[in-house]
Amino acid sequence: MRNYLAIVEREIKSYFSSPIAYIVIGLFLLLSGIFFYLIISNFMQMCMRADMQAQYYQMAPPKMNVNLYAIRPILGNISTFVLFFLPLVTMRLFADEKRTGTIELLSTSPVTNLQCILGKFTAGGLLFIIMLLSTSVFMILLFIYGKPEFGPVAVGYLGLLLLGLSYISFGVFFSTLTDNQIISALATFAFILFFWAIGWFSSILSPEIGKILNNFSLIDHFDDFAKGVFDTRHVVFYCSFIFMGLFLSFVSIESSRWRGR
Amino acid sequence: MIDVKQVSRYFGRVAAVNDISFQVAKGEILGFLGPNAAGKTTTMRILTTFIPATSGTATVAGFDVHEQSMQVRKRIGYLPENPPLYPEMRVRDYLDFVAKIKGVDAKRIKKAVDDAMGKTAITNVGNRVIKHLSKGYKQRVGLAQAIVHNPDVLILDEPTVGLDPKQIIEVRELIKSLAGEHTIILSTHILPEVSMTCERVVIIDKGKVVAEDTPENLTKNLMGAQQLTVSVSGPDKEMADTLSKIQGVDTVQIKSQGKGQAFSTLVVESKSRDELRPVIAKTIVEKGWSLYEMKLEDMSLEDVFLHLTTKEEGSVQ
Ligand SMILES: Nc1ncnc2c1ncn2[C@@H]1O[C@H](COP(=O)(O)OP(=O)(O)OP(=O)(O)O)[C@@H](O)[C@H]1O
Ligand SMILES: [Mg+2]
Repeated sequence: MRNYLAIVEREIKSYFSSPIAYIVIGLFLLLSGIFFYLIISNFMQMCMRADMQAQYYQMAPPKMNVNLYAIRPILGNISTFVLFFLPLVTMRLFADEKRTGTIELLSTSPVTNLQCILGKFTAGGLLFIIMLLSTSVFMILLFIYGKPEFGPVAVGYLGLLLLGLSYISFGVFFSTLTDNQIISALATFAFILFFWAIGWFSSILSPEIGKILNNFSLIDHFDDFAKGVFDTRHVVFYCSFIFMGLFLSFVSIESSRWRGR
Repeated sequence: MIDVKQVSRYFGRVAAVNDISFQVAKGEILGFLGPNAAGKTTTMRILTTFIPATSGTATVAGFDVHEQSMQVRKRIGYLPENPPLYPEMRVRDYLDFVAKIKGVDAKRIKKAVDDAMGKTAITNVGNRVIKHLSKGYKQRVGLAQAIVHNPDVLILDEPTVGLDPKQIIEVRELIKSLAGEHTIILSTHILPEVSMTCERVVIIDKGKVVAEDTPENLTKNLMGAQQLTVSVSGPDKEMADTLSKIQGVDTVQIKSQGKGQAFSTLVVESKSRDELRPVIAKTIVEKGWSLYEMKLEDMSLEDVFLHLTTKEEGSVQ
């Protein structure tokens, strides 16, 4: 436990003593902000049009659903940005230790491979949580100026968290395979992009196969969360995905020991 | 303290380490000497549990490096070839981190770090970011990292590389001062380093142990030869003939002749290690020549090293 915490602490400090954390959080927030603005102005126009129509027909103004028309597309956008940013968060975790040789310190200290992998996974996860929390500014604005339901927002964020942790666990895996951060990031990106959209292109080949493969699509399982629907099946899916990534990392670290790094 | 038995390590088909065995007693400093690619780093990586051996067994402090690797790891301090530093960290934070993962008690971490920084003379750079330090200071931080948890065994892979001459002397002194309470293996391809710091030397070449002894014995025994420089005045030809007839003398060469100089210099070589100086002196005096100087030349460790490692080469071809 102590080793695990020491590694988490060191990784977090290292994120914030290099520009990477600030750049990732900053750009992520900027992009999310731009899309938040676009979606909200779109939503306002929709509301105004609906009001005008209601006046014209002399009806009570309709209730526009903030959750449906604003929060859901915002969460959808954030889930896309996460796809681009998380490989940058995980790329250095093991790759840099291999490049600089600090892996020799870790692997000759009384720290188990599991503690090491979980420590790095947790650190990446914490940075991601900070990214998510920073987007809560937008949600707070919505809660001040509108009346969204809180439950679906919370479910949506839970979905984002699970989605992101799945990316991170495979990001950890790909960073164990190389000592090059760029390769680590690109491999992670290619891999999660593949699992993100696996349903789309397979349905081009054959609708039946597409349906089966859709069960493995990372984004398909996110849909319900974005709608605010909590379903344990999706939670189980993401948890298995996370477990798989961590398990492969473990196998990779063990086998690189036998190969002689 | 360290017991290596018939350890081999293959990378693919290539044997980086081929059936080596040696022991290190408690408190001893062992020099691990060999040319590039001899297998020094590979052996050290096996001892530190970084990579497993292909065959053979090794124990450190009574624990098997493979079966009980966590026990071994608690008892070793390791300075790899490239010091394992996190460039973005401050020196003190880095050593704190190392102390933590090496299992130093939370309460004793501060003192352990202070001690390690004191011993390696880096207290004044404690708050500096590691990547801004000079190479020599980085090497010292690497050394501090290896001793911060006060391990029984220190394994140092080329600890003086990249240091200036003054620092080299300081680090050697430091290593010597650590012996006794720590058992130390240090690798190097610098020979004087071994004769200055180590009590015993293992010379390896192409993955095999080619010699193992104290630095003095290596130079004395392994060559099995001695060389005398004799400065004497008299007829050169006759002197050479007479000296080469002495029992035990193999060759006599005239190095410089006495033109404009009062004496000639002769080089006498013998394969035996018997003391020849009294006999030579007596012969010269009996002949009525004047003896100016007689000196026994030490074979340097350099010669032994070259001899051993090139002999190996010759036998391969
Ligand atoms: N991970 C590896 N994969 C393949 N070959 C390796 C690996 N590590 C070492 N070797 C090979 O094993 C041999 C011994 O290397 P090692 O690093 O142990 O030598 P060394 O004695 O430390 O040399 P140097 O003085 O240059 O540091 C070399 O031929 C090297 O190429
Ligand atoms: Mg080496």
